[in-house]
Amino acid sequence: MTAIGQPIRRFEDDRLIRGHGQYVEDIKLAKMVYGVFVRSQVAHGLIKSINTEEAKNAKGVVAVITGNDIKEKVGKNFTAWIVPNSNQVSAEISSRPLLAIDKVRYVGEPVALVIAESREEAYDAAELVDVEYEELPAVANIEKAIQEDAPLVHEGVSRNIALSWQIKNGDVEKVFSEADKLIKQRIYINRAAPIPIEPRACIADYTNGRLTLWITSQNPHIHRFYLANVLGIPEQKIRVIAPDVGGGFGAKIDVYNEELILCYASSLLKRPIKWVETRSEHFVASLHGRDFLVDVEFAVMNDGRVLGIRGQSYANMGAYLGTVSPGVASVLHGLILPGPYRIEAFDYTTNAVFTNTMILDADRGAGRPEAIFVLERMMDLIADELGIDPLELRRRNYLPAGENIQTVTGLSYDSLDFSKVLSKFGEVSDYQALRDYQRKAREEGKYIGIGVVSSIDICGFAPSPVVGAVGLQAGQWESAVVRFHPTGKVTVLSGTHSHGQGGDTTYAQIVSDTLGVPLDSIEVLHGDTDMIPMGWGTYGSRGTSTGGSAVFKAAEKVKEKGKLIAAHLLKLSPEEIDFSNGNYFAKTDPSKKLSIQEVALHANVGWNLPAGVEPGLEAQAFFDPPNFTYPFGIHLCMVEVMPDTGEVKILKYIAVDDGGKIINPLLAEAQIHGGVVHGIGHAMYENIAYTDDGQLLTGSFNEYALPKAHFIPRIESYFTETPSPANPLGAKGIGEEGAIAAQIAVANAIIDALEPFGVKHLDGPYTPARIWKAIHQSNGKNEN
Amino acid sequence: MIPASFEYFRANSVDEAIEMMAKYGDEAKILAGGQSLIPMMKLRFARPAKLIDIGRIDSLRYITLDGDTVKIGGLTTHRDLETSNLIAEKIPVLAECAHEIADLQIRNVGTIGGSLAHADPSADYPPVMLALDATVVARGQNGTREISINDFFISPFTTALGQDELLIEVKIPAMKSNEKGAYIKIAHPATGFGVVNCAVKIALSNGKITNARVAFGSFVTVPYRDESIEKFLQEKEATVDTIKQASEMVAEGKDIIGDYYADADYRRNLAKAVFLRVMKKALNLDS
Ligand SMILES: Cc1cc2nc3c(=O)[nH]c(=O)nc-3n(C[C@H](O)[C@H](O)[C@H](O)COP(=O)(O)OP(=O)(O)OC[C@H]3O[C@@H](n4cnc5c(N)ncnc54)[C@H](O)[C@@H]3O)c2cc1C
Repeated sequence: MTAIGQPIRRFEDDRLIRGHGQYVEDIKLAKMVYGVFVRSQVAHGLIKSINTEEAKNAKGVVAVITGNDIKEKVGKNFTAWIVPNSNQVSAEISSRPLLAIDKVRYVGEPVALVIAESREEAYDAAELVDVEYEELPAVANIEKAIQEDAPLVHEGVSRNIALSWQIKNGDVEKVFSEADKLIKQRIYINRAAPIPIEPRACIADYTNGRLTLWITSQNPHIHRFYLANVLGIPEQKIRVIAPDVGGGFGAKIDVYNEELILCYASSLLKRPIKWVETRSEHFVASLHGRDFLVDVEFAVMNDGRVLGIRGQSYANMGAYLGTVSPGVASVLHGLILPGPYRIEAFDYTTNAVFTNTMILDADRGAGRPEAIFVLERMMDLIADELGIDPLELRRRNYLPAGENIQTVTGLSYDSLDFSKVLSKFGEVSDYQALRDYQRKAREEGKYIGIGVVSSIDICGFAPSPVVGAVGLQAGQWESAVVRFHPTGKVTVLSGTHSHGQGGDTTYAQIVSDTLGVPLDSIEVLHGDTDMIPMGWGTYGSRGTSTGGSAVFKAAEKVKEKGKLIAAHLLKLSPEEIDFSNGNYFAKTDPSKKLSIQEVALHANVGWNLPAGVEPGLEAQAFFDPPNFTYPFGIHLCMVEVMPDTGEVKILKYIAVDDGGKIINPLLAEAQIHGGVVHGIGHAMYENIAYTDDGQLLTGSFNEYALPKAHFIPRIESYFTETPSPANPLGAKGIGEEGAIAAQIAVANAIIDALEPFGVKHLDGPYTPARIWKAIHQSNGKNEN
Repeated sequence: MIPASFEYFRANSVDEAIEMMAKYGDEAKILAGGQSLIPMMKLRFARPAKLIDIGRIDSLRYITLDGDTVKIGGLTTHRDLETSNLIAEKIPVLAECAHEIADLQIRNVGTIGGSLAHADPSADYPPVMLALDATVVARGQNGTREISINDFFISPFTTALGQDELLIEVKIPAMKSNEKGAYIKIAHPATGFGVVNCAVKIALSNGKITNARVAFGSFVTVPYRDESIEKFLQEKEATVDTIKQASEMVAEGKDIIGDYYADADYRRNLAKAVFLRVMKKALNLDS
């Protein structure tokens, strides 16, 4: 029996679905007090005064803390990504004070922390904190922020530009002068947010000489590292626990001010403090995503070949730089922009812009969805301009299959093969029939559109030397421990963190196959820095390919050690031993054998071990892959647009993705489904809107629409498997692929449906009102 | 999401509720299903010092037929209306309307009295009640009075109910055999509340419209009946042509709500489109 490749249900489902999960909010400690933040109501302003007297005297209040109370005592919250050769602003400018000092720069910025015996009392007292502001001119959108005379978000800079990073390769001037056509477009991808169903929460307990932080985190070790740096607490004195976490999508990568200040406050009060973000608070206190403005120009030949790309992107960073946001705005975006195509020349400058808005950072895909959106929007514009079918145009531009395909931006695609997804796509969809249907429907006055996009993603983060070279102040290898207990059961520790992905299940499958141990004998644990080895967490579609490979390596080490012990016990040399299905046996006489459980017992009691072999049967492994993984695929979306109302109905959605070796097809499909829903949401429903002067218009689920189950069509998901050579499993990341492809597949389908109205391009979100406007601003062409 | 503190009282009868309302005046709020009031309190947009819970006054929860009039108790839930055989038979469009409200959990507790008293301009009931010519029955210290639905909605979240008055009943004429009703809502994807909604009741005779009631909500601050359209439709053939002409009049002269999601221009158009759809549905017309 092999577990890998089986559609095994997540082990954690039963517990979580029945309400037996333990989230931060479920944890209660003795003497625990509750924190509530007072947040800025203005987008930009000087703090004239903060009167905390009334709040301090209110019933149950333990403390009220403001920025001035702590400014000498704690550091600032800084970005971990410093992009080389980008003129990135200094940490002094881009770092956030834990509580605003003298000035606020966005609505929602924490200004004071009120701590009380009960949550109710904390909320009541927070209302009594009186903050007086002198409002300053604010700027919320990119176009305004980059103007010469824009209000400046920060002192000490001459423009609201946080960094500019250029990628240039090939003879750009030449291809642009020799091209048959230049096709140019400004594309804006609206702001949205990751919106995990569990908001953020933490409990800081610094009462007995050690700090314990329970937190909704995708990466507890990164939190530990920040606590040590910002608060000056020795790292060995810090324990960070990320228990059950209800989704992340990037929102829980960042280290936020709230947890840092709570830890500091706990050290002052010597009491555990809990803070739980409210659903509405999440919209001003947790990171946003997308919000990219891009100007691009493509140089193309009449036969459809794309020769060159040049342009500029501007990402709206908000008021400060987030934990990894400089990389989201630059490296993670620009490097993948040429996608799966053969491009000769490339000149693209990525810019990060400060505005008076909440911080932008990684939102499922983090820079890559924006790149593929731009690329695939342009491919449709080119197809339209040249009169070539969109799928055919892409086919003419694909990079060849191969194991070392260099892109114009210097990436090396090590397992690209678009012919495979193309042929699978051909099997599962009758593309020509859909186009025929579209044509006929149009004749009957129905507006059908088809978006067919090709995408590729950079995943697995990893490799450490590469991410280091592009400025991430961290490693990106992963770790694992595989430990046999005397009874032959296995515990696996992982440095990644599963918060919906199902890592506990897939890792058990990997161990089960490697060691021949039944799945129900394996327990996978993660999320506690006192328990697990140093690791970097889960994001960037790295869990299985990088974290799972560390697990595999550790299991292999265990197997090798077990072999020494088995050989000794069987009175053979290790070279004479083979291993399969959980048994060590003599190559020459398979009946001479020991099960790995028997070996584990021997190892654990240590009565009879070979000379020089330590007792115990466990191993730790670190895995740093030599390359990223590059999943790729073709997604098709077919829609109908109602011209009288602008409503959109999704008629069909097909996803064909190459995710390398698929460890668990059920969970892989779930990742694609979730990603596609995310992409549909970002395309059609989700929108973080600010007024021009920085007031948030979408501050709750009353305004911000997430896709609901009944908005979502049936999603057909198929895989091809071209193994990644960059890890022993052959796996690629698939956590973001769906979101990346779907947002643009939906957008292209909608714009395609509007073709009879003469609409060539439309920016999202693709809401009925915006679609109807586009139809009616197209001079009424083909109106019915 | 924690409300400001408040005192809680439970009323066991209509009289007791009215007594409490008189006693506590504007410090107090009635609590029925809590599906509008509690969210407002949690956001601290509403902070009543006292809550008078009428939720267990079972005598206010009924659907009965009295001659040609359907009587609905103020505490009747959305779900009751959605699933009632009597409503399905006598006013099917009301069951359709109730089904449009929120989700099952909310429909199981939210009440028609609460929804009407709350008077959210984008709620589902208001245009339907206007089209159906409902009458609201209110009881206060000074006794019981009837309020025509035409006079009920005053401004957003304000009705003709007095400070001390409880909405105890809604009376709706049963549909006649020659009458057709229809209701359509285009919902905001975040809340499910209307961006535009429209309800009609049309009386037909020999392919002619003999009487029409046409009501709109969601895009204006107060849901309304459009009497010019009603007059226009009177005695017209029930054809696509007729309704297309009528649709030109939709929202004429109205101040239309606009926001970043759907501006006034769009909502005006949407109102026309929805009117056309509703009329086609009521008259069983294909485009
Ligand atoms: C998530 C969500 C989605 C929703 N979606 C929709 C939707 O799609 N369409 C829609 O129409 N509605 C929607 N609603 C609102 C829902 O219909 C409410 O149930 C209804 O608006 C209020 O009824 P209630 O019984 O819950 O009233 P409560 O919330 O208890 O009271 C509402 C107000 O009416 C007053 N009141 C209540 N009963 C009486 C009475 N008998 N006499 C006098 N005053 C009274 C109260 O004092 C209060 O001011 C939604 C609600 C939620 C929470």
